Amino acid sequence: MRGLSVIQIQNLTKYYGKTLALDSVDLEVEQGEVFGFIGPNGAGKTTTLRILLGLLRKNAGKVSVLGGDPWRDAVALHRRLAYVPGDVNLWPSLSGGEVIDLLARLRGGFDQSRRDELVKRFALDPTRQCRTYSKGNRQKVALIAALASDVELFILDEPTSGLDPLMEATFRECVAEIKRAGKTVLLSSHILAEVEALCDRISIIKEGKIVETGTLTELRHLTRTSVSVKTRRQITGLSTFQGVHNLTVDGASTRFSVDADAINPVMQYLTKFDVMALTSTLPTLEDLFLRHYELQTGESAQ
Amino acid sequence: MTVGEFSGTGALIRLILRRDRLLLPIWIALPPLFAILVVAAFVSLYPTAASQQMLAAQIVNSPGFVALLGPVSSPTIGGLSAWRSGLFAAVIVAGANALTVIRHTRADEETGRYELLGSGAVGRRAPLSASLVVTLGADLVIAALVTAGLVAFGLPVVGSLALGLSFAAIGWTFAALAGVAAQLAESSGVARGIVGAIFVLFYLLRAVGDANEQSGQSWLSWMSPIGWMRLVQPFANERWGVFALFLGAFIVLILVAYALASRRDIGAGILSPRLGPARASQWLRGPLALAWRLHRRTLLAWAALFAVYGIMIGYLATTSAYLLAANPQLANLFAHFGGASAYTDALFTLSLTFLGWVAAAYAITATLRLQSEEVEGRADHVLTTAVSRLRWAASDLALVVIGSAVLLAAFGLPAGLAYGLSTGNVGYELPRVLVATLAYLPAVWVVAGIAMALYGLVPRVSFVSWGALGAFVLVELIGETLQVSQSVLNISPFNHVPKVLVSGVSLMPLVSLTLLALVLVIAGLVGFQRRSIG
Repeated sequence: MRGLSVIQIQNLTKYYGKTLALDSVDLEVEQGEVFGFIGPNGAGKTTTLRILLGLLRKNAGKVSVLGGDPWRDAVALHRRLAYVPGDVNLWPSLSGGEVIDLLARLRGGFDQSRRDELVKRFALDPTRQCRTYSKGNRQKVALIAALASDVELFILDEPTSGLDPLMEATFRECVAEIKRAGKTVLLSSHILAEVEALCDRISIIKEGKIVETGTLTELRHLTRTSVSVKTRRQITGLSTFQGVHNLTVDGASTRFSVDADAINPVMQYLTKFDVMALTSTLPTLEDLFLRHYELQTGESAQ
Repeated sequence: MTVGEFSGTGALIRLILRRDRLLLPIWIALPPLFAILVVAAFVSLYPTAASQQMLAAQIVNSPGFVALLGPVSSPTIGGLSAWRSGLFAAVIVAGANALTVIRHTRADEETGRYELLGSGAVGRRAPLSASLVVTLGADLVIAALVTAGLVAFGLPVVGSLALGLSFAAIGWTFAALAGVAAQLAESSGVARGIVGAIFVLFYLLRAVGDANEQSGQSWLSWMSPIGWMRLVQPFANERWGVFALFLGAFIVLILVAYALASRRDIGAGILSPRLGPARASQWLRGPLALAWRLHRRTLLAWAALFAVYGIMIGYLATTSAYLLAANPQLANLFAHFGGASAYTDALFTLSLTFLGWVAAAYAITATLRLQSEEVEGRADHVLTTAVSRLRWAASDLALVVIGSAVLLAAFGLPAGLAYGLSTGNVGYELPRVLVATLAYLPAVWVVAGIAMALYGLVPRVSFVSWGALGAFVLVELIGETLQVSQSVLNISPFNHVPKVLVSGVSLMPLVSLTLLALVLVIAGLVGFQRRSIG
């Protein structure tokens, strides 16, 4: 079932001078979902988010956030959303607690007890001046200020960069809580494990273009399962199969990867060689990523 | 101390030269240019020995000028030029040295740039050493250029060398002082503040010492490196021994800085930062409150400086009034120039010109705070909340407008009060001096307007606002001494400020300047609302 659209982007194009930063990007985020926006550094994630926040002007395309135009209706929309930048810089002379309160107040509503609870959960010392905070601590300040705000949409740009694994777990709990409350999250990241753990749907952006969009299950169909198999008799004839890649045969051990739609016939074929042991690994987002790079280098090689 | 603590110094020197390749030539060129300009002006205005002696006598007999710039060591072109260019050189050379050292030591640590270098083969004393080598080298170039420039004008070689070296020596002293401050403070802002306060202290020591030389207080000047510059006595009987004082101070300061550098952690200071409140107070809830919070410390520090300066000028006006009353010969001399009150009015007017520039410099810094907030990503936090761009920018501008008024009043009130008390007519003098001071406000706002227009429309070149202020100052300085056409003088807004003490208030220029400032600010705000952030 599809919910209401919270964010709609069609054909979004953005140039920095003559450099094309976003090339006809399409994206749709529905109410109540956690949407992952992944891609390597410099792919255009932050540019897209800053356009959604009305900080950058677009060159072409249609963008709507919470039903409004992010450039024209910036102030009204900002009351209903919270943003955590990827590179958090704070006012050196203010304490962490002051920044949290100030930002939450500027946004509108904020829940004092929720704020105190978050400070405790993220183990932040709010009395220290921001100039003395490490990158992770600055990140925590921005996260707490956002998470304590009573808003409908959270736009988080690589929010866990700099957080230690313990705090990352806390962050994941918080996102789960937001989702339970029916709120929407747009999470940009290049940490794939995080996106895998949190997101309902993802889009992959590469060099300013969206290359894949879908649920994790859908995307896995697009990719390959890695198979490592030991047989009593040496395998022959596998290389002629459609959908088998990277085949290496070393006596009794064989490794290859196989497209989702070729798994069934390949497995039937393997049994002819008397299988002793078989491990198959589900594709991770890393594989998805790498596959896109392979495709690209393949293209450029031709 | 091991050799390893200095390793990487050479590489860091090259890095500094690369990063400062534009700034360095500018601040190296300014002091020699100014010194040469001053010599040229004196040569054309006071060509005869008699006119030079007359001018020197006037200066030495007016405590106001002696306090402001020091006494004249010899009644010659050389002596007069050394007198006129000394303070300017001290401000530029000391300031540039200190800022360069702090920029390449503490500021790099603060922003984390140093981590990149420190993890390489770079010793813990290397950043300080590299920045000192660069600044000391630059100072030597300044000394050489000053010497060569003055000798080319036919001034004595020995005196020119002594003046050039005194410029370099004040630079070395403040480079070393900044080296110590950069170890003490954890933030580069605090380090700059420490050095600034010490400069003001040294200047005041010299001012009071020089003004009261006859009453045996010249030892105060001997306590101040800025006093030492004059005590070298270029073009009189050069006292080379004074350079030993400079050298001694330099060595002690450097040893202290190195000792501190070896004792502390990277990123930490010796003065530990205080803790702040765990919650924001009730009033910290809007962009205006935030702007005040960010501006207030700087604004109060500047206001204190202006007040100290105001008290000093008021006190000087007082003393000179007494002196003239007690000394009929001197009073006669000044009668030529319109009497004692004309003299004090001229003294105030001169101080105000200088003050207007300083207030304009504050206004640029405060306006361009918007840009540093944007570039460093802090504006994003505010602009992605329910605060419009207009409200955010206007909050900062409100503090610029009010802040510059506060600064000028911080000078005008104590100066007018002190002067009024001395003449026994506070009710007349205080409003007069205050109005004369505040008359500079519209011109200061025009400069702030230029900064805002550039920031809003073409943020990449917002530094041009400093160039504009520099041009205005230059036009005024040149216009003061050389014949310059009125149309050139008119480009400076300061040239349109009515000299209230001399010729009374005229409203037209004040209204026009205010309107011009308003147009510039609106242009900037419109541009800012239409462009991308960051």
